[in-house]
Amino acid sequence: MFANVLSSWGISVKQTRQLIGWVFSLSLLLGSSWLYAQQSIDKIESTDNYAVAISADVDQLFKDLAAANLREKSNIITSLDQQSGREMLPVYQAMLNGELYYDKESLQLYQVKDNDQGKESVYSVFSGELVEGQTAKGLKKVRVNNKLRKQLRGSIARIQLLFGERAERQAAAQTMLDNISPETLALFQDAAENESDQEIRDLLAVGMAMNTVATASATEERVAAIGVLSTRLETPVRNQLMNLVDKDSSGEFVEQDAAVRAAAESALKEIDGKIRFYGFMEKLFFGLSLGSVFLLAAIGLAITFGVMGVINMAHGEMIMLGAYTTYVVQLLMPNHLEWTILVAIPAAFLVSGSVGVIIERTVIRFLHGRPLETLLATFGISLILQQLVRTIFSPLNRQVSTPDWLSGSIELNPVFSLTYNRLSILIFSLVVFAILMLVMKKTSLGLNVRAVSQNRNMAKAMGIKTERVDSMTFGLGSGIAGVAGVALSQLTNVGPNLGQSYIIDSFMVVVFGGVGNLLGTLVGSFSLGVANKFLEPVTGAVLANIIILVFIILFIQKRPKGLFPQKGRAAE
Amino acid sequence: MKLKKIAAGLALTVGTSAFSLMALAADTIKVGVLHSLSGTMAISETTLKDTVLMMVEEQNKKGGVMGKKLEAVVVDPASNWPLFAEKARELISKDEVDVIFGCWTSVSRKSVLPVIEELNGLMFYPVQYEGEESSKNVFYTGAAPNQQAIPAVDYLMNDIGVERWVLAGTDYVYPRTTNKILEAYLKAKGVAAEDIMVNYTPFGHSDWQSIVSDIKKFGSSGKATAVVSTINGDANVPFYKELANQGISSEDIPVVAFSVGEEELSGIDTKPLVGHLAAWNYFQSVDAPENEAFIEQWHAFTKDDKRVTNDPMEATYIGFNMWVKAVEKAGSTDVDKVEQAMIGMTTPNLTGGMAVMNKNHHLSKPVLIGEIQDDGQFEVVWSTEGLVVGDAWSDFLPGSKDLIADWTAPVKCGNYNTKTKTCSGQNY
Repeated sequence: MFANVLSSWGISVKQTRQLIGWVFSLSLLLGSSWLYAQQSIDKIESTDNYAVAISADVDQLFKDLAAANLREKSNIITSLDQQSGREMLPVYQAMLNGELYYDKESLQLYQVKDNDQGKESVYSVFSGELVEGQTAKGLKKVRVNNKLRKQLRGSIARIQLLFGERAERQAAAQTMLDNISPETLALFQDAAENESDQEIRDLLAVGMAMNTVATASATEERVAAIGVLSTRLETPVRNQLMNLVDKDSSGEFVEQDAAVRAAAESALKEIDGKIRFYGFMEKLFFGLSLGSVFLLAAIGLAITFGVMGVINMAHGEMIMLGAYTTYVVQLLMPNHLEWTILVAIPAAFLVSGSVGVIIERTVIRFLHGRPLETLLATFGISLILQQLVRTIFSPLNRQVSTPDWLSGSIELNPVFSLTYNRLSILIFSLVVFAILMLVMKKTSLGLNVRAVSQNRNMAKAMGIKTERVDSMTFGLGSGIAGVAGVALSQLTNVGPNLGQSYIIDSFMVVVFGGVGNLLGTLVGSFSLGVANKFLEPVTGAVLANIIILVFIILFIQKRPKGLFPQKGRAAE
Repeated sequence: MKLKKIAAGLALTVGTSAFSLMALAADTIKVGVLHSLSGTMAISETTLKDTVLMMVEEQNKKGGVMGKKLEAVVVDPASNWPLFAEKARELISKDEVDVIFGCWTSVSRKSVLPVIEELNGLMFYPVQYEGEESSKNVFYTGAAPNQQAIPAVDYLMNDIGVERWVLAGTDYVYPRTTNKILEAYLKAKGVAAEDIMVNYTPFGHSDWQSIVSDIKKFGSSGKATAVVSTINGDANVPFYKELANQGISSEDIPVVAFSVGEEELSGIDTKPLVGHLAAWNYFQSVDAPENEAFIEQWHAFTKDDKRVTNDPMEATYIGFNMWVKAVEKAGSTDVDKVEQAMIGMTTPNLTGGMAVMNKNHHLSKPVLIGEIQDDGQFEVVWSTEGLVVGDAWSDFLPGSKDLIADWTAPVKCGNYNTKTKTCSGQNY
């Protein structure tokens, strides 16, 4: 019997590994393009252009830059833009990243950043070579604020539009659409001549069309340009079109030309239609993402409460233990922060799972068939676990850092983007669900669990060791809660109260979906998530929660057994 | 042998009781500390308890006050608002403390107020709050809205050129009142109603997807947009994370927060927060000799070089030093005498200037705006020219426009109506 269980576990663990690997390779694939862009921004190219001798004027500007206040710095950068070109890129980038330092005595500029071993080192700004013998001690940081950062991004974009790599050129063109001026237009025209990439050429064409609409005088020319714009979703485009159809304070149209106005109106209609569609898609994604969080939190409970019938108030704390396991794993492998999550998933399963087994063995099995006592006892356990964590880890929230491949978003178009962390969690929740379904339907453990939950005495008579099945089931449910904790550590604060915020949602989902039905939990969590996100923009976050709760209460009045009630003899 | 033991025990008992009697007889000045040491607010309030204990220790090293030693009486109201009132009563009636340093949340202060007025106690309240209050028995050493929220909005409007505003807050009294004041202020400055978006979320909100997406849409109209955040506590981390994930940088839409300080930033991943703003009257990074000494003292007291300092700690520092000076000036710890001595009192603040206690029991303070750095510290990007006088009653709310607080003769009133020339009596 036990060997059976073990072998079934062997299979599922293997499957788990494969599936997890698959999920993360998928996320990696999605993340790689973004990562690539990140790295290339950090990288400093060293072509011979940078070796160009710096003129005395520029050198003086550098000295001024070191000592200047924030407002003067802005002027100095403008002068630098005018007096020099491409060779300024590393200076701007170092300044933007807060790595530009200066010597208080000589006003010489340096770049200070961590070297490969994570040790702070001083580099020459232009060549990127290590400056031997110079320590960061006597150097002072060149301060930047948001305004300067914005200006620097503009300056960097102007350089990268012509000389950057593909992703850099695209980003640069997008940045520069924000303020089309005669100067940027000339740059755009230059860039368009040398540009080989179709997507970027389109972007440049948009910029030029925007300029035509704004400055040309012939109606046909402007209407044709609006035609180019009508297929685009970029914000500056829409803002420009909006201005064309706007009225001024006296009620007169700002735009005199009626034909241009009509063209702008129809273009706006087209754009707004698309934005509405993507807005709907976005809400749907948000809803599914919230649903996936519900699913992860509730799926363990669907087993312990749904299948075993144990009202486990400590379920939230199993989630919390999983999140803390992530934190501990991160502490244990500080040099591989990117991959700690992958290690944390099985670790959290084991930690929460074994705590679950211990709770079952020491408390819950003695309270079998007494739901009220079980409820109180598990509530007590939840308080004990919270206090335990407070004592061990302090009451303060712990920092779980997000790996780079889980931050940022994949931008499908300017109005619709999917954040990597949410997307990964959505996929992850489905994978966990699929594995659980496999375990329940295809393994002997699953068979035993179902047998015991349907008719305990008959199962016992057939030779199933019900006690062992009970603790394995409870361990499985708790372990999955722990895995949920790993995912939630990426979304919310890891603190002693983490579990409490999810326990109500979890019970809500399980009751709504139908007790004892895993598929019901899946449907229930996603429908509640989507409903919540479609309500939120209309009612606000506070009221949306209330409405959902009221709806579920009413729903339970009508269908006490939830969406998918168990049928047949097992239901009794 | 046995007898000897008993005799020794007896001697010891007599000895200790005599000693405690002596201790009682020796005249001390009692300082009550009313900060939660357990429950949800313990994270923030424990730091302030330690600050008061440190100040007491320091003062005793200097010889105490008027030749008497200070004695701290610490109680734990456990983040339980009604318990604050009970503990305040216990401190004043039973322990007979001469002054209380305490409270963090507005609701705890409101709960203590009736007790402290009834028993004529004296309390120093060290946290930024929503204003609309001035009690004879309370000195407010934290910022009033015009010392934090309004200058922050001015900075965004004048220096950054922000035209559209998102007022985002947690759903309770401080954000609601502050946002009401800000909305009125913005409208008075000519901002149209459609350029203001107000949003409230529950405590500990963690799913910020749709709200951040709304902010993104709201900010993409071509006008510069900023978020003024009164989001409290835990909910901040997922909020900033979501902003970063959806690609909103601090240059596109800066967030200025009133509840995010050094203490809140210690121990969290600050990567997504870099460049966003906070408005306070004090930052640990401020370069001033007083501040350096204070930080050193704090590190020595806590035996931890990593411990950060923050704005409510500075408010406690100022309040404590002022109280010491006022007691010495009044020559007594009598509440009425100390209260009158407090008005007009000046002590150095930690940012290199002087703090002044005004007639309305609020301080004059400088206002600083800082940008969050990746080490969890702030870089000051803007500060007011001089000191800003704390305003108990906001000038931008219809109900409190005409009210002032003045605790000197002949007005002696916490809510004096300058139009009708009447005092409506202190009703908090």
